[in-house]
Amino acid sequence: MYAKEITMKFNIDKSFKRLLITLLAVPLTLLTLGIYHGLMQTLYRSGMISQRTFAALDYYQGLTLHGVINAIVLTSFFAVAFGHACMVYYLKMKVRNNVAWLSAGLMIVGTLLASWAMLSGNASVLYTFYPPLKAHPAFYIGTALLVVGTWVAYWDWVSMYIRWKRNNKTTKTPLPVLGTLVNFTIWMVCTLPAAYELLVMLLPWSMGITESVNVPLARTLFWFFGHALVYFWLLPVYVIYYSMLPSLAGGKLYSDNAGRLVFFLFLIFSIPVGVHHQFGEPSITRGMKLVQSILTFGVAIPSFITAFTIAASLEYASWRRGFRGGNYFGWMLRLPYFDKERYLFAYLITGLILFIFGGLTGLVNASYSLNSMVHNTAWLPGHFHMTVAGPVFLGIIGMSLYMLERVTGRPIRLKRIAVVIPHLWMFGVLIFSLGLMAGGLRGEPRRTNMGLSYLNPESPLFRPDWVLTTGMAVMGGLIMFAAAGLFFVVLIDILTAKKTEEEHLEFPPYEVLHDEPRVGILDSFRPWLVVMLFVIAMAYIPVFRDIDNLTGPGAKPYDPENPNPLELFEQRDE
Amino acid sequence: MDKYELKILTWTGIALVIFMVAVLHAVGKYATDLPECIPYDAAFQEPKISQLDDSTYQVFMLAQMWSFEPDEIYLPVGAEVDLYLTTKDVVHGLHIADKGINMMAVPGGVNKTTMKFRKPGVYEIVCHEYCGSGHQHMRGEIIVNYPKKN
Repeated sequence: MYAKEITMKFNIDKSFKRLLITLLAVPLTLLTLGIYHGLMQTLYRSGMISQRTFAALDYYQGLTLHGVINAIVLTSFFAVAFGHACMVYYLKMKVRNNVAWLSAGLMIVGTLLASWAMLSGNASVLYTFYPPLKAHPAFYIGTALLVVGTWVAYWDWVSMYIRWKRNNKTTKTPLPVLGTLVNFTIWMVCTLPAAYELLVMLLPWSMGITESVNVPLARTLFWFFGHALVYFWLLPVYVIYYSMLPSLAGGKLYSDNAGRLVFFLFLIFSIPVGVHHQFGEPSITRGMKLVQSILTFGVAIPSFITAFTIAASLEYASWRRGFRGGNYFGWMLRLPYFDKERYLFAYLITGLILFIFGGLTGLVNASYSLNSMVHNTAWLPGHFHMTVAGPVFLGIIGMSLYMLERVTGRPIRLKRIAVVIPHLWMFGVLIFSLGLMAGGLRGEPRRTNMGLSYLNPESPLFRPDWVLTTGMAVMGGLIMFAAAGLFFVVLIDILTAKKTEEEHLEFPPYEVLHDEPRVGILDSFRPWLVVMLFVIAMAYIPVFRDIDNLTGPGAKPYDPENPNPLELFEQRDE
Repeated sequence: MDKYELKILTWTGIALVIFMVAVLHAVGKYATDLPECIPYDAAFQEPKISQLDDSTYQVFMLAQMWSFEPDEIYLPVGAEVDLYLTTKDVVHGLHIADKGINMMAVPGGVNKTTMKFRKPGVYEIVCHEYCGSGHQHMRGEIIVNYPKKN
């Protein structure tokens, strides 16, 4: 059994230490910008700022930065850093340092290119790219490089795993390794169409080499990637929930096979659901929209299994901590919510609480016709701030602190502050999301600088019924901003403290309550990969056929500032 | 297999089946309102309002940076409207919160929905998809049972 031996410290070499610190620190530095513009958006939207631009940053430019940095850069850097750590720690093998640095280098160069394009105002097209609005080619190249960098890391892990498997034919794959590999396999498959969109469709078009772009096709390729992306954010945190949260709470994971099943179900269901982002669009017929709506309910199943498995693990922890029964929910009171010695627990449990609401509102979005009530309204950001700014963000920043402490050999000093941050953040998100969702149900649009029109009392378009809801979003936003500020205080304190320990890697021990024997089907990728590709083909081939049959001429590039098409394409004489 | 495990699997299976049957039943019975997509035709690029009979209207709506055309539509109470939507330039959204109408205008695509106005009032149309720097000013209205302007 590996369960006992893996609780020990794992020494790491200098190069790997620097790699992990770089991968964690680069996105957290950029995050200051992303967080800043998060707060600014609530102020613009509520009409407290009635301007296009504030402090040299345009609203839509800032919205692009907020989306790209928080949702793509932070999440993919963390997934790679945490993936490296899991592979090394649980397989007790080394990554090839030069390959890992190549991957990190590509990701950093890509991020810098895209950041330059956004900060110079040449890419205010939001993180969903939005053709035929055109961005600077550097934006598309940068994003593509970031993605390619993650592929490089993935293929090294695959070769590590194959070598490990050869020597450990009858040992269960450690759950964190299985989760990491499943996650990056989803990522590998779903980013291929996105890379095609970026490099084959958008890049030559934005450089004037091709004249027009097929917008429905580009959007469908994006959402093929776009919804799997949210599981790519989420699964590293699921790995933490399964392998670390139970022992942090003082218990054990209820069932290890449940975790394996969950990860493999995500492998099947994460991708063939993207059309539920396109229910309101032409060029895709209703039948396929209904099919993908039902598949989207399918992807809720692994999350429900997780909810019950983790709840059972936490209840077991509660019994071990002295809970003596009495009523069904009393065990919830016995958990170490404010224990500063295990602050990571607070980050994980607050994330889970937010995720209850995030998951339930997600089911509303998935539902074929309920979606019409909320699509593109403020309800949507209300929903996903309880997922990506809930368990995902809290898991990322909590685990970043936890890893940085050990990798730098500088134990955290401001523990009391560290344990308050997630509670404050959760409180802020709840108010913020409630405001957005209530507004969305009254027709408040998302992605809109409403301070200039709908929330400006001097404008003929003023909508007084949105004042209260946008005001709530400001209140929640301020609380979230304060929590994020405290996080940066704790982070800087760790990085500037004196080194008092050997640099090492260590995770909370992984222990299982019902340690079931190895089940072949739950420890083999091949059958699940076949099913995955089959379901994707079934769900997407008819969609691409619809687009082919129903779509008219392609679109010329547009500048977000100008209603006339840009004339980039030069017609050449025969 | 464990007795409790078997029991819980059975109950979960039954609950899932009931759920799926309910979803499909609702989709069939209540004729859900997802927009319908029409093969592209350049004719939809010409905005117009036409009355087909006493209470049936047809609107070709063209979204563009940053307005809807037509952006004021006058209708009698009880009017049933077939709304066809496309765009002249970039991607736009069309949202009528009071009617639960939610559509996207995508270059190269034509979207269609049908709505019936049973109550008089002003129904706000808001563009809810980012379409460039003037996005926040893009809106229109449907005015039901108010005297005609001209």
